[in-house]
Amino acid sequence: MSGVQYSITARDLCLWYGKFQALKNVDVKIQHGLITGLIGPSGCGKTTLLRCFNRVNERYGYVTTTGEIKILNKNIYDPDVSLIELRKSVGMVFQRPNPLPISVYENVVFGLRVHKERAALKKSTLNQAVEEALTEVGLWKDLKDRLQTKATGLQLEQQQKLCIARLLPLKPEVILMDEPCSALDVEGARAIEELMFELKGRYTMVIVTHNMAQARRVSDECIFMLLGELIEHARTEDMFLTPANPKTAEYIEGRYG
Amino acid sequence: MTVASNPSPRTQFAETRLVRKKHRSELIAKCFFGVMAAAMVIPLILIVVHVVKQGMPSLSWEFLTTNPRLGGIRGGIWSAIVGTLYIVTISLCVSAPIGVLSAVYLNEYAKENWFTRIVHLAVVNLAGVPSIVHGLFGLGAFVYAAGMGKSILSASLTLSIMTLPVIIASTKEALASVPVSFREACWNVGATRWQTIRRIVLPNSISGILTGVILQVSRTAGETAPVMLTGVATFKAVEGTGLFLYNPFTDQSMALSMHLYYIATQANNAPPSLPYAIATVLLSVVLLVNASAIGLRAYLRSRKKW
Repeated sequence: MSGVQYSITARDLCLWYGKFQALKNVDVKIQHGLITGLIGPSGCGKTTLLRCFNRVNERYGYVTTTGEIKILNKNIYDPDVSLIELRKSVGMVFQRPNPLPISVYENVVFGLRVHKERAALKKSTLNQAVEEALTEVGLWKDLKDRLQTKATGLQLEQQQKLCIARLLPLKPEVILMDEPCSALDVEGARAIEELMFELKGRYTMVIVTHNMAQARRVSDECIFMLLGELIEHARTEDMFLTPANPKTAEYIEGRYG
Repeated sequence: MTVASNPSPRTQFAETRLVRKKHRSELIAKCFFGVMAAAMVIPLILIVVHVVKQGMPSLSWEFLTTNPRLGGIRGGIWSAIVGTLYIVTISLCVSAPIGVLSAVYLNEYAKENWFTRIVHLAVVNLAGVPSIVHGLFGLGAFVYAAGMGKSILSASLTLSIMTLPVIIASTKEALASVPVSFREACWNVGATRWQTIRRIVLPNSISGILTGVILQVSRTAGETAPVMLTGVATFKAVEGTGLFLYNPFTDQSMALSMHLYYIATQANNAPPSLPYAIATVLLSVVLLVNASAIGLRAYLRSRKKW
């Protein structure tokens, strides 16, 4: 390996919702430990591509997928892949924070409860997991005395951080983020962006965003998509300063979108 | 700055003829709909007051706790109350689990295809079948074909079939009211469907599910036609006044609804207040059950927040 490690490698990926082709021959390599931004106008397939990476697309209705996606050198469309194990490694954060209507504590350990045998879950293990995860997302100080309160009553920013914290006890390889800041105010968005910088290096993050400025601020690499095709994939600075494709340039300048 | 084209400031926002006309139709619409809404309430109050008033002479503690005598025209209604209790309990014990579980399957597992479409269609149509037809079905299926004879069990099963589609529909509605985002959250940490249902969906829809089931109690208690054909007698002499008056597998029983029908239409020489007294008891049971459903829902709702 030449120094560069890839978390996700998609080859010739096509996807259909019924008869409609949403992804057309997408080839992409996403580097380990970086933040990769997915940009493009509405309906270009950003979210669809994101949802392919943990195959959660398949829960939303009839989809047909061809091609392959390798995560940690394993094709996730191989028949022996367990979706449950896959989603343990590839978690997702949504546009609207969606903490479960249970306590903060239970939200964080939800993944462990779902994946581990009951006997393996000692109280001390769980407590430790909660402290570690909440510390990692910067909520521990604020919430350590309120672990038993309902997560749905927190501020939106805290809810979104909690949704990220919920993935961490499972030691994910990849965290997928579908416009994680668009339901938050400016302060909240800034906090989430800072959190992403904190998590960088340990986790590979892929973020879908409509906000050009945000893509520019947070991402190391950027992928521009249009009508289901991958148009350009480059380092973020390069893409924003010297886009290779005229369509990319026009989109970034705001001529359409 | 002056705005030349506008009328003088005094008439700026004044009522015009058109606005007055709009106000008038607004008022008429409001009153009309209000009267319609009141028209819903008035009959209910009239019925309850009328029934209770007419039934008063026969109502007493003794009336509730003693068994009927002389073919039902004298004595109390205890054995009919117990019969209704048996039928309602057994039929719900059958229909609630089947209904709730099949609704969970339809709402959480089943994909949209021809099979589920047929099931949906069956559920909707089954809900529209008249109760007397259910009675005939029960007579053929349980009493004769399954060899259960006319018994509490046959009557209960018949009522189960009748309430199933409604329980399925109300349960599905309760399940669907749990936000998709909760399910998404679960899927994306790798929860199976069953884990999602058990940990998140059911705890958050249980109030709606229970309400739907409990409301079927009142319907089951009130039905006459299906039970008349399948296992309820017009009169049945029983020993004692405990709770264990019947063997549900072999015995026919009395029931409040049937007793009311019989006394009101078939029996001679019954005191005129008797049918009203029975109706009062039946109404009280129904209202009590409905009230407890509302109370339970309010309690469970107060515990969940999102």
